[in-house]
Amino acid sequence: MTIAASFEIEYLQYLDAEGKLVRKDLPEFAKDLDHMVELYKLMVSTRVFDTKSIALQRTGKLGTYASCLGHEAAHVGIGSAMRPEDVLAPSYREYGAQLYRGVQPRDVYMYWGGDERGNDYQKEPARHDFAWSVPIATQCLHAAGSALAFKIRGEKRVAVCTIGDGGSSKADFYGAINFVGARDLPMVAVIVNNQWAISVPRKIQSGAKTLAQKGIAAGLACIQVDGNDIIAVRKAMEDALEHARSGKGGSVVELVTYRLGDHTTADDARRYREADEVKQAWTREPIKRLRAYLEAKKAWDEKKEEAWKHECDEWMDNEVNTYLETKAQPIEAIFDYTFAELPADLQKQRALALSLEKGAH
Amino acid sequence: MAAITLIEAVTQALAYEMTHDPSVVVLGEDVGVNGGVFRATAGLSAKFGEWRVYDTPLDEMGIAGVTVGLAAQGMKPVAEAQFEGFIYPMMEQIVCHAARMRNRTRGRITCPAVWRAPWGGGIHAPEHHSEANEHLFTNVPGLRVVLPSSPARAYGLLLAAIRDPDPVIFFEPKRIYRQYKEEVPDDGEALPLDVCFVLRDGSDVTFVTWGAQVKECLEAADALAAEGVSVEVIDVATLTPLDFDTIKESVQKTGRCVIVHEAPKTAGFGAEIAARLAEECIYDLLAPVERVTAYDVHTPLYRLEMKQMPSTAQIVAAAKRTLAAS
Repeated sequence: MTIAASFEIEYLQYLDAEGKLVRKDLPEFAKDLDHMVELYKLMVSTRVFDTKSIALQRTGKLGTYASCLGHEAAHVGIGSAMRPEDVLAPSYREYGAQLYRGVQPRDVYMYWGGDERGNDYQKEPARHDFAWSVPIATQCLHAAGSALAFKIRGEKRVAVCTIGDGGSSKADFYGAINFVGARDLPMVAVIVNNQWAISVPRKIQSGAKTLAQKGIAAGLACIQVDGNDIIAVRKAMEDALEHARSGKGGSVVELVTYRLGDHTTADDARRYREADEVKQAWTREPIKRLRAYLEAKKAWDEKKEEAWKHECDEWMDNEVNTYLETKAQPIEAIFDYTFAELPADLQKQRALALSLEKGAH
Repeated sequence: MAAITLIEAVTQALAYEMTHDPSVVVLGEDVGVNGGVFRATAGLSAKFGEWRVYDTPLDEMGIAGVTVGLAAQGMKPVAEAQFEGFIYPMMEQIVCHAARMRNRTRGRITCPAVWRAPWGGGIHAPEHHSEANEHLFTNVPGLRVVLPSSPARAYGLLLAAIRDPDPVIFFEPKRIYRQYKEEVPDDGEALPLDVCFVLRDGSDVTFVTWGAQVKECLEAADALAAEGVSVEVIDVATLTPLDFDTIKESVQKTGRCVIVHEAPKTAGFGAEIAARLAEECIYDLLAPVERVTAYDVHTPLYRLEMKQMPSTAQIVAAAKRTLAAS
């Protein structure tokens, strides 16, 4: 028998579910405990933010919201590994990555609260990132196009897209990694595999043993990572970004995690998944293990935990208040961003809308 | 200055803009060394290199999405859909992203991209290569739909489309790609978007049309002139945003209107023009508005395709019905 091609997919993990190191070759960033504490704090603040968002939705102050509960290591790992000049094309759940890059909680509240200004991120580097993409996997191609722009201009930048396990079934995803692989473009496609695409479980989403290996077909570097282990996520992302930045081409990074919450606030996961499975998943969640690790290193304790959570509460309360106090946009805003210059026809419709606002019929 | 065809005018416009603006890139299937299946990008790869004249994988959805990504990151991509019948996988990216990017980010990210596509029938092409489907794009907010009908307008309008800060669908009537030549100076002068072109002044009937059908309308106008009927011929050129004022002024003058298009009748773009005439100039009309269009059937394979297309005789007959009405 002649083998035309063969492949292996590495699985990367540093911290097990108990927060114990399973390998000794710690990456540089992880040797800096202060930095690890910073990552931990952002993971906690992301969860505080998420809890607040759900409470807002339940009390009628926010529209449908997609929770990121359980994805904190994956998302913060992505955001912290990227350089400011890189570009993120996220789906609609990667708040931890976005908060790292300057998206403010108020932006997220504004968007899910029915206001386009939530996509107008004010702070760099988020300001040059893409906004949340709702049509699944379409953003992968935006990242591929960004990567092509960087390559044409000779810029040492990398485009990163994130999608879910379900999203990796779509033609847009396959098209994007194929496009990138064909010319070694600087893109990293991150599959945040949280086991559930709304109600469809991973095992009937794809017959592939790993989702990472989908990148093999496109000629990309591929790795599967414990997505609840911030050290592993960050390391895999750093490697993939460096690979792309140095001109070697794209990667597919599969982060294996678990969606601890419902798909969105409009969903009730109890209809389709067993409570036992969720209970088991909680034993592997990302924050608990990092806290255990940091506490064992004497870098964190209960007092610091309480103080930080209190600080996060105040931060989020302030963000919520800013959001709730922001008035809806005036009616003309629905017209004013349709084109760079409003065409004559739309000017007439805009005038009509304004007159209706003033009580004309 | 040599006279050039419509397809050569497209090439000339692309080359001009690529020379003067380094952010302009061309991408699509076979656009590189091959120069495009219709030769629209002939010679560009040799001149500008494989990264600015980019042969993509065979993936229309991919081309469309990559185009959005390029535009959002400061490039001015001109993507080619090899035929209008293959543009459907591109629609999600065009509708859900390109057309609404400016709006959904409150102007933070924009999408100054052009999608070119050979459009329409009449060249004995296979199935899915001969569609007139502009109406599928004309009610997408934030999108321009442009159809040139001569070499000079192809050159000037394509330059304008590339320079426009918003996304443009640029349909090229392939039936008249090489129909005739005219002198088109390569001076980088764009023509205005969002305006109709009055190709012939007249006082008795207004013909409103676009794309390859301009040819039949001008022929019909000639035939009617021989019978003493004065026809005004309007090439809409930019379907959306529509310059309705030019159409309205003409119909207020002539009192009669024949709308001619190659796409099916029901909910074709002619329906929008007819509705506007009813709203804004019904009392100026001396006769019911006529529409001469394709039937509401699939584009036939090529043995019968010309039977589906409005003919000069049909247009003349429609004009005569409006004249007989009053």
